[in-house]
Amino acid sequence: MLKYMCKRFLSMIPTFILAAVMVFSFMHMMSGDPAAVMLGDSATPEQIQALREAMGFERPIHIQFARWFTGILQGDFGNSIFFHKPVLRIIVERAETSLFIAVLSMALIVVVGVPIGVISAIRYNSLADQTFSGAAMLAASVPTFWLGLNLMLIFAVVLGWLPSSGFPSIYESGNLGDLKYLILPCVTLAAPNSALIIRLTRASMLDVLREGYVTTARAKGLSELNVTLKHVFRNSLISVISVIGFTFVGLASGTVITETVFALPGIGRLVVESVLRRDYPVIQGVILIIAVAYMVINLLIDCCYTFLDPRIRIS
Amino acid sequence: MRDFFQALVRRKIALAGSGVLLVILFLAIFAPVVATHDPMGLNAVDRLQNPSAKHWFGTDHFGRDIYSRTVYGARMTIISGSGVVIYSIFFGILIGLLSGYFREFGLVAMRLVDVVMSFPPLLLALALIAILGPGLLNVILAVSATYLTHTARIIFGLTLKIKEEVYVEAVRSIGANNRRIILRHILPNLVSPVIVQATFTFAFSLLQIASLDFLGVGVPPQVPSWGNMISEGRIYITRAPGVLLFPGIFIVLTVLAFNLVGDVLRDKLDPRFREHLSEIKR
Repeated sequence: MLKYMCKRFLSMIPTFILAAVMVFSFMHMMSGDPAAVMLGDSATPEQIQALREAMGFERPIHIQFARWFTGILQGDFGNSIFFHKPVLRIIVERAETSLFIAVLSMALIVVVGVPIGVISAIRYNSLADQTFSGAAMLAASVPTFWLGLNLMLIFAVVLGWLPSSGFPSIYESGNLGDLKYLILPCVTLAAPNSALIIRLTRASMLDVLREGYVTTARAKGLSELNVTLKHVFRNSLISVISVIGFTFVGLASGTVITETVFALPGIGRLVVESVLRRDYPVIQGVILIIAVAYMVINLLIDCCYTFLDPRIRIS
Repeated sequence: MRDFFQALVRRKIALAGSGVLLVILFLAIFAPVVATHDPMGLNAVDRLQNPSAKHWFGTDHFGRDIYSRTVYGARMTIISGSGVVIYSIFFGILIGLLSGYFREFGLVAMRLVDVVMSFPPLLLALALIAILGPGLLNVILAVSATYLTHTARIIFGLTLKIKEEVYVEAVRSIGANNRRIILRHILPNLVSPVIVQATFTFAFSLLQIASLDFLGVGVPPQVPSWGNMISEGRIYITRAPGVLLFPGIFIVLTVLAFNLVGDVLRDKLDPRFREHLSEIKR
């Protein structure tokens, strides 16, 4: 098994290098002088020349890439053109909010989505199943920003139950009560992304329910609860876990919107601001880090498989 | 009896979905006739009004008629969504088919596809727009980048399967060349899954495009698109909730309609590929 995990880890390396090449080439795909584009219309020729030298645009492209890539391996993503600070430091400063939102939303998706999927499968074709399936499809069809604005209008503006925007750093204040700032953003983010988990849990539970060993378990006289939890749910868990990687990608996209709607100081909003400011080093850094996070999550999921499914473990 | 009832309900839902899509298409084509006002026409006197007989959906902060802008928004939706579908399906088929048929090409191309799929779609689109600049065509290109990889993945998997079928072996043995096998024997078998994929691509890309408009990096702000309208009106949602409500409802209805129709199409057109598609749908 260790061999499998090592092999799986090594296979990540070429993907990472390719991702880095792609992210690097983004900057060189634009027409014209990247330094002039980044500084905008108001820049003087001297400023453009200075940035060109600072970024190393004068050198041949493969040397530029080699320098950029070795920098990244050492944790140096370059400097932000707008903040004049290292990109990695800016990302770390903004990471708290985004991590809170991502982890809490993921928890919400699993805690709500999985049981709904299980109930839909057990009560296949019942009113509950049809209602949940319909609700899941509706949730997947609602734009995140629209849902966020509506929730804000209802719960923050009209009812006044929850704060409408912002998020004071819990890391600095230590006040866990400030998590209330994240309730609306997390619900906004979780709703559209839970649809996939609900549908997949339902589908894989239904597949397992048709297996012969479930009939055997029932024939043995096991209680329905026992059959559902021990025989069906456990075996359907594997395909549910496989979709968590996809959900992460959905959450990363959704965070960009949610943070903009609720004016939260996170990485998602940083990306939007950086796109508007044409702060390319920041965009490159964030995208590469998120792509690596996705690869690592998939690696962990594959490792989970080997624990959960003895067939993979043995082979 | 129960099955019959369910089939009827499903057909009704699909029918309702198709109905909504036809209405949106009608609005898009006949926008100048259906609209009651000029979608760009400013009117300082009638600012931020609630729905009335004169302005059915109310007005925005420039006094522009929300109903007329929503109608014209349907046009933008159809144009941009079709753009993404055409781009992503064409290049998706091209890459997927060649990758599935020629193993060496497939090894490299599918690796690249995997890498692109590891970027969150919205972030990838944002990065591409940062390079290409805003504007309708660039938005279409940026959003297509993600969805063409999804199509390529599906077509790749199907091509691998079809390539091994006996009938392909048979035509090869009577001397058919690669071009003939691909165009005459593999491609026609991909039509059904492509139609299903196109429907879902339309639905997802609409959400994506609306999000980009909302973030202010899509089509120019004065252009009446549903995402733009919500983005511009969000500061005034307490005074004129119509700015938020109506374009939003239209987005939800359109995406939902595509999803419903897509689901039924998937069941009807190609049950064989159903599992395969649902695996990679997102």
